[in-house]
Amino acid sequence: MEGTGCVILGIETSCDETAAAVVTDDGEIATSVVASQATLHARFGGVVPEVASRRHLELIAPVIDEALGEREVDAVAVTTHPGLIGALLVGVAAAKALAWARRLPLIAVNHLHGHVASLYLRPLDLEPPFTCLLASGGHTMLLDVQERGGFRVLGTTLDDAAGEAFDKGARLLGLGYPGGREIDALAKQGDPRAYDFPVARVPGLDFSFSGLKTALLYTVRDLSPHELEARRADLAASYQRAIVRALTERVEATGADRVAVVGGVAANSELRAALPDAALAPLSLCTDNAAMIASAARYAPPVPYPEYLSLDARATA
Amino acid sequence: MKEVTASPGETEALAARLAVLLAAGDVIAVSGELGAGKTTFVRGAARELGVTEPVSSPTFTIGHRYEAPVPVAHLDLYRIAGLDPEEWGDLEPYFDGTIAFVEWPEHGGDWLPQARAVVTLEHVDESHRSVRIDSDLGL
Repeated sequence: MEGTGCVILGIETSCDETAAAVVTDDGEIATSVVASQATLHARFGGVVPEVASRRHLELIAPVIDEALGEREVDAVAVTTHPGLIGALLVGVAAAKALAWARRLPLIAVNHLHGHVASLYLRPLDLEPPFTCLLASGGHTMLLDVQERGGFRVLGTTLDDAAGEAFDKGARLLGLGYPGGREIDALAKQGDPRAYDFPVARVPGLDFSFSGLKTALLYTVRDLSPHELEARRADLAASYQRAIVRALTERVEATGADRVAVVGGVAANSELRAALPDAALAPLSLCTDNAAMIASAARYAPPVPYPEYLSLDARATA
Repeated sequence: MKEVTASPGETEALAARLAVLLAAGDVIAVSGELGAGKTTFVRGAARELGVTEPVSSPTFTIGHRYEAPVPVAHLDLYRIAGLDPEEWGDLEPYFDGTIAFVEWPEHGGDWLPQARAVVTLEHVDESHRSVRIDSDLGL
């Protein structure tokens, strides 16, 4: 669809964010709206009582309205996988209904491809080949990207995702949510060499963060409340260093000279400093959004009206 | 039964012994605090059931479903404060024809199907875990 003058409406509801965006075929973002449950997260200390489809259902129509306005679009793109089935279904149903009513083609998008395609939006407009680190709350992967239409998985996490390691670490340290931001901020006041947390060595280019989480748990358990208070910044700095080292060591092991980082963990300041030459999308495009879904749709085959009515969401990648 | 395992590998092997006794429609509750080995246990069972792809933590995504001779579902209710009927409707597809492992089952309230086995993991020390399995499966 690239280079055809098309305008694409993207819709994303795979996890916590309800998002819609309008993107032109040359990768210009016209609008991008994200209704995040981050404030809900904060209020419930990381536990969302309405993470499921009901919340998406309340938000999807106003979010699409705001992104679309009076614009005409030529195609509708939607995340169909992977994600929570009920959450995905809200976006898929909305996309189908809208495309059907306007007699438009529909494009099914893989959420992970969406993250990579955040790099293809202007002004970054990154051209493959490159090696991509995708690190978020739900995923941590190394990808070989040779062309904009796809990627090859080089490695993936065997247990926790990097963003999840940040959040669980923050919980162990008694910090707030989102944990990545809290640890990042506190780490600036701490000594990253105060504690020698393990960097998991698993075969190949896979990742493992479960042992690191357990190491932090046992370190925190051995401290009195007073000691924990005094050492919290050192613990945050050392823990963050271990996560960032695990990520950067794997990136370096690929031998790639062109590297890009996508996903929410790309916001981490130490990771950015450790990979100074890496291409990074703007922070607003690192976390889940719909502009990246519309961007990925430019490189995926559209399903013509009305053949997509049987299109389904699925949980697996 | 209750055993103490000395490594993640031993926890996975114990899970495999439970897995061979399971059938489609079975729900297994897996309880234990952070780092106790819940995902490790599910990984061991999933491997035995024929899952070949990486079995990672579903904390953020809430549910994973893996294709296998009998599909395997892996849910984590940690981020759900307490299931209500509508939220149960979202999760119900994960239990359809699968062997389903549920972390943080206490957040499921009365909506979770009756568990065929209840697995409770506890820290003993940094490498050892106590694994208790309550079931009528003769383990």
